Amino acid sequence: MDFPLLAEQTLNGIQLGILLFLLAAGLTLVFGIMDFVNLAHGSFYMLGAFFFATFFNLTNSFVLSIFSGLFATLLLGILTDIFGLRNLYSRNHLDQVLATFGLILFFNQLVQVVWPLDGLAIAMPPHLDGLINIGLGIEYPIYRLVIIGSGLFVALSLYLMVTHTRLGMLIRAGASNRTMLGALGVNVKLLFSYVFGLGAALAGLAGMLVTPIISATSGMGEQILILAFVVIVIGGIGSIRGAFIAAIIVGMIDTLGRSFLDVILLVFLPVNAAEAGGPALSSMLIYILMATVLFFRPEGLFPQQKR
Amino acid sequence: MRPNKFSGFNLAGIATILALSAPPALATDPIKIGFVTTLTTGAAVIGKDQQDAVNLAIEQMGAKMGGRNVKVIFGDDELNPQKGKQKTEKLIKRDKVDIVAGYIWSHVLLASVGTVTDANKILISANAGPSQLAGKRCHKNFFNISWQNDQTTMAMGEVLNQRNIKTLYVIAPNYAAGKNMVSGVERTFKGKIIGKDMTKWPTQMDWAAELTKVKSVKPDAVFTFYPGKHGGAFIKQYEQAGLAGKVPLYSVYTIDSIGLPKLQKAGLKAVLGSFMTQFWAPDMDNPQNKKFVAGFKAKHGKYPSFYAAQAYDSMFFIKSAVDAVKGDISNTNAMRAALEKADFPSIRGQFKMGKNHFPIQNFYLRKVEADSEGNWTTTLKNVVLKDHVDPYAKDCNM
Repeated sequence: MDFPLLAEQTLNGIQLGILLFLLAAGLTLVFGIMDFVNLAHGSFYMLGAFFFATFFNLTNSFVLSIFSGLFATLLLGILTDIFGLRNLYSRNHLDQVLATFGLILFFNQLVQVVWPLDGLAIAMPPHLDGLINIGLGIEYPIYRLVIIGSGLFVALSLYLMVTHTRLGMLIRAGASNRTMLGALGVNVKLLFSYVFGLGAALAGLAGMLVTPIISATSGMGEQILILAFVVIVIGGIGSIRGAFIAAIIVGMIDTLGRSFLDVILLVFLPVNAAEAGGPALSSMLIYILMATVLFFRPEGLFPQQKR
Repeated sequence: MRPNKFSGFNLAGIATILALSAPPALATDPIKIGFVTTLTTGAAVIGKDQQDAVNLAIEQMGAKMGGRNVKVIFGDDELNPQKGKQKTEKLIKRDKVDIVAGYIWSHVLLASVGTVTDANKILISANAGPSQLAGKRCHKNFFNISWQNDQTTMAMGEVLNQRNIKTLYVIAPNYAAGKNMVSGVERTFKGKIIGKDMTKWPTQMDWAAELTKVKSVKPDAVFTFYPGKHGGAFIKQYEQAGLAGKVPLYSVYTIDSIGLPKLQKAGLKAVLGSFMTQFWAPDMDNPQNKKFVAGFKAKHGKYPSFYAAQAYDSMFFIKSAVDAVKGDISNTNAMRAALEKADFPSIRGQFKMGKNHFPIQNFYLRKVEADSEGNWTTTLKNVVLKDHVDPYAKDCNM
């Protein structure tokens, strides 16, 4: 195990963590503030990818497509909230799960009707393609560095927004006591719609960022949504900071498990057992982590204060 | 409401009466063929290709087999063994189909096959060829019209030997077919496998960690198997990781006519010239294949995939047997005997059915190239394995 390999795998882990954070941020806000379980959150990830791929094939501009995609998913999120999900806030979690599961099926089928059955692939923009030498023998794909960079930028902006702006203050107030916030004359419903749209746009951004790597396909959201739920459970529901830290932890554990677990198992297991056990154990690692966190800190690592 | 203990009994009684009073199938009724494939989820594009091929075959035979009309009922397995089994049960019990075909996925087929054979009906796999059903769990009512999973990669192992590959890195999905594919390469490849990653299926779509490992151990070649949408994504990431052109990529069932138009549109030139092994290619030279490829291209404006080719073959396979029994498809013993003869026009030219009901056939080297109109396709090169019998056939006692 040499240094460049370890460093590149660490970057891979961070990159996966960043994507998970973008997805988990919206999920944790919606769950924490509105007490609303949104299984259809992965659909915004998928739709973000499709919007982005469509705009990109039309305009051939990466930045322009990202911004159009963000706007489209934001709008779609707000509309989904106003016309569909708003009525479900007062219902119990099981009803919410059922309704949003229905939305997943609806959106998955919708993209198969609107776009080609096998989804959309886009070419990697030439200036983002290829590898970059970042010293110490580490060669890393430029595009994955772009994902890390833009994700960190969004995380920082989100942090500043939540801690230093009026909207952020209202969001925090909504998370700790909804009724009181309403009594003080704040339009809570509208605030929730904004938060929902913001969450959708963040998930959409994650979908857009992976499109050049994995293409936009129907059902891509559910594959990553489970990991996002693990992230918010570990991080503490409602906590952006918790989501960020947990996402990086989950990303690292998943990547490093896939990279080095079989090598480690080989030390004390025969080849056959290590070959079979490696992939099985590495896909369980994050769930083992989640179970451990739940055992010692049932509220997650950074629980939200409720009053 | 308190549960009434008699209601279940009464319902069962009514069901029995209804079942007894159902009219026996008449020779004038259409023959019903159940076809299970994937029509939703990201793999729907494969199922669609098979569906198109089945419909083309039925159309070309004038929707008649053995003098009776034919009706195909499609079932969607949603790429899920549980759903596949449910749909199979529905086809057998509710739709009362005469014969079942289809199945893309080995794990779905393994979950569903018992439902059909227990009802003493015949199942014809149009893609999945898991080792279990070729060997110990072979069944007199189960036929395969494609290949056994290990065979294609056994041919691949030979190709790697011929090309003097000494060290190989393997990346494949961790499910029934993925394991069979890898064991096939291991059977014939004489060099050393210096790395092996079995990834989560079908959820893992990003291979950053695995490809970084490949870069670090520098093998002579990489072997992979990723069917459907995963294939295109894998090829893309292989190029993005800077491996294309440095470490040659050999694959099976990863690059096909389904993914190629999309890869061509995305300008992924790295895929041109890459090699794979397969039993068939669209340019195979025989009358049935020409009729199939020309008909498919005329209708759908693109090359058919091997999934489509096998689905097309399965319909003519069934027709040959129904013709032989003169439409009496409910006579399972006669049907089975006719299917064992396998006297039908196949897209691979001549066709021979092995004693474990898996084909005995040639495997070829295929290369990705542009055709005369500039469309990317796969073309046949040389024969790698001739009249090959799968390695599990010897374990089958039928």
